[in-house]
Amino acid sequence: MALLDVEVVDAFYGDFQALFQLSLAVDEGQAVAVIGANGAGKSTLMKAIAGIVPARGGRISFDGIDLGPRSVHHRVADGISLVPEGRRIFPSLTVEENLLVGAYRGRPGPWTLTKVLETFPLLQRLATRSAARLSGGEQQALAIGRALMNNPRLLLLDEVSLGLAPTVVKDLYASLPAIREQGTTLLIVEQDVTRALTAADIAYCLLEGRVSLSGRPAELSRPAIAAAYFGTEVSQ
Amino acid sequence: MNWLNAVVAGVLVGGLYALYATGLSVSFGVMRLVNLAHGDLAVMAAFLSSTLVLSAGGSPFWTILVLLPVGFLVGLALQRVVFDRLVGVDPAFQIVATFGLSIVIQNALLRVYSADRRALDVGKLKVDSVSIGDLSIGVFPLLRFLVAVAVLVSLSLFLGRTKLGRAFRATSDDPVAARLMGINNRTIYMVATGIAVSTVFLAGVFNGAQTNFATSDGPGLLIFAFEAVIIGGLGSLWGTLAGGIVLGLAQTLGAEQFTDWPSQLFGHVLFLVVLAVRPNGLFGRVEA
Repeated sequence: MALLDVEVVDAFYGDFQALFQLSLAVDEGQAVAVIGANGAGKSTLMKAIAGIVPARGGRISFDGIDLGPRSVHHRVADGISLVPEGRRIFPSLTVEENLLVGAYRGRPGPWTLTKVLETFPLLQRLATRSAARLSGGEQQALAIGRALMNNPRLLLLDEVSLGLAPTVVKDLYASLPAIREQGTTLLIVEQDVTRALTAADIAYCLLEGRVSLSGRPAELSRPAIAAAYFGTEVSQ
Repeated sequence: MNWLNAVVAGVLVGGLYALYATGLSVSFGVMRLVNLAHGDLAVMAAFLSSTLVLSAGGSPFWTILVLLPVGFLVGLALQRVVFDRLVGVDPAFQIVATFGLSIVIQNALLRVYSADRRALDVGKLKVDSVSIGDLSIGVFPLLRFLVAVAVLVSLSLFLGRTKLGRAFRATSDDPVAARLMGINNRTIYMVATGIAVSTVFLAGVFNGAQTNFATSDGPGLLIFAFEAVIIGGLGSLWGTLAGGIVLGLAQTLGAEQFTDWPSQLFGHVLFLVVLAVRPNGLFGRVEA
């Protein structure tokens, strides 16, 4: 049984349908990447799993339990943490307070304030600073660290690289192995295809709210990915 | 009255305004809700206090011990039944719904208590004062001021130092991100309204002990609370205390200078000036 099972799910933004009969599975311990162009439905998928956007039709289950009736905060207590697009750190709280809010549910596990600060050393000297005064990269590290404070079984990373310099993105991705070492399962949404495929065991490509391609990154050819990404025919 | 006395009296009456305004400040800070029935809740507390005193005797002060938890429960219920529907929607709905609530409370009070004015009797305490040279300080206004400061200190310790307080601030910053941390925002909102109603109940008893009150007084009290919050700056607790004091000073100093004008006028004028010159208030955080 997969840890996360998304089965033929539809999702809407108002009247606009963003996901069509989408299915996807993530096994415990895996890192799964979801790639796709702007508007392909990647973020909607993440929000549907976290519970911010309702999934209509179909079923999303976590560890065998139907998430349908579970509200956002229950899902967090179950061990699903989302690092949201745009980071959404709490600007009026200090860095340390942001991390402590991440531990609100008090889930036991390896991640503590000390451990998170060790994993993201750049946050160490900023602990007492207002989070509003961090750079984009520091905010993203904080957003990931804050999610880890919940000791999630499944960590959803939505567009970690958005708006950040390549060297900063490289550092952030370098922290993923340390997170996986703790047994955390990763679902990564990313526009940077190469980055996502390198980090993942399995990749799904979305196109207009549907899965257009899936498989192990090594087995997916460049032309096939390009075709699935842009919705064009595979040219031989 | 001389100028020094006017300054002291202004600061002390500012404490009452701050106590009124605390609940509005908390509601707005946490869920961007403006409750137009806030003043009516204060009047309701004064009537409840008078009922308790009439049936059980004693000083109105002991009724505070009953009214604080009752206020908290009233707040939980109000949030659950009415305010939950008003969070995150068009502010027009807030205005209509809470204005309606104001009318409902006023008419319910009128039905139960009639239109007669009442007062809470605190005996000699009301007129006692201590003199230091020319300066004369009313014991009751001083007590009221100290209670207001104590409430604000407790609240700011709660918000700054506790886990739940942190969750309050996180929810205020970004309710969706707060939910992603596992915070149940509906619980936060219920506690916030519980605190807001408890503090305005406290203010209502203190006001009722200072001056007599009638069922239709609520909107008049709301104005002071509203002005204190705006002058101090939305979402800032200490700004609310400062706003209350500035409002009190405007009234007493204005009345000292222009003895045949109504003192409240000067507070209203100052409020309009602040709104025109510094719409974010004296200590307001810049709203995103």
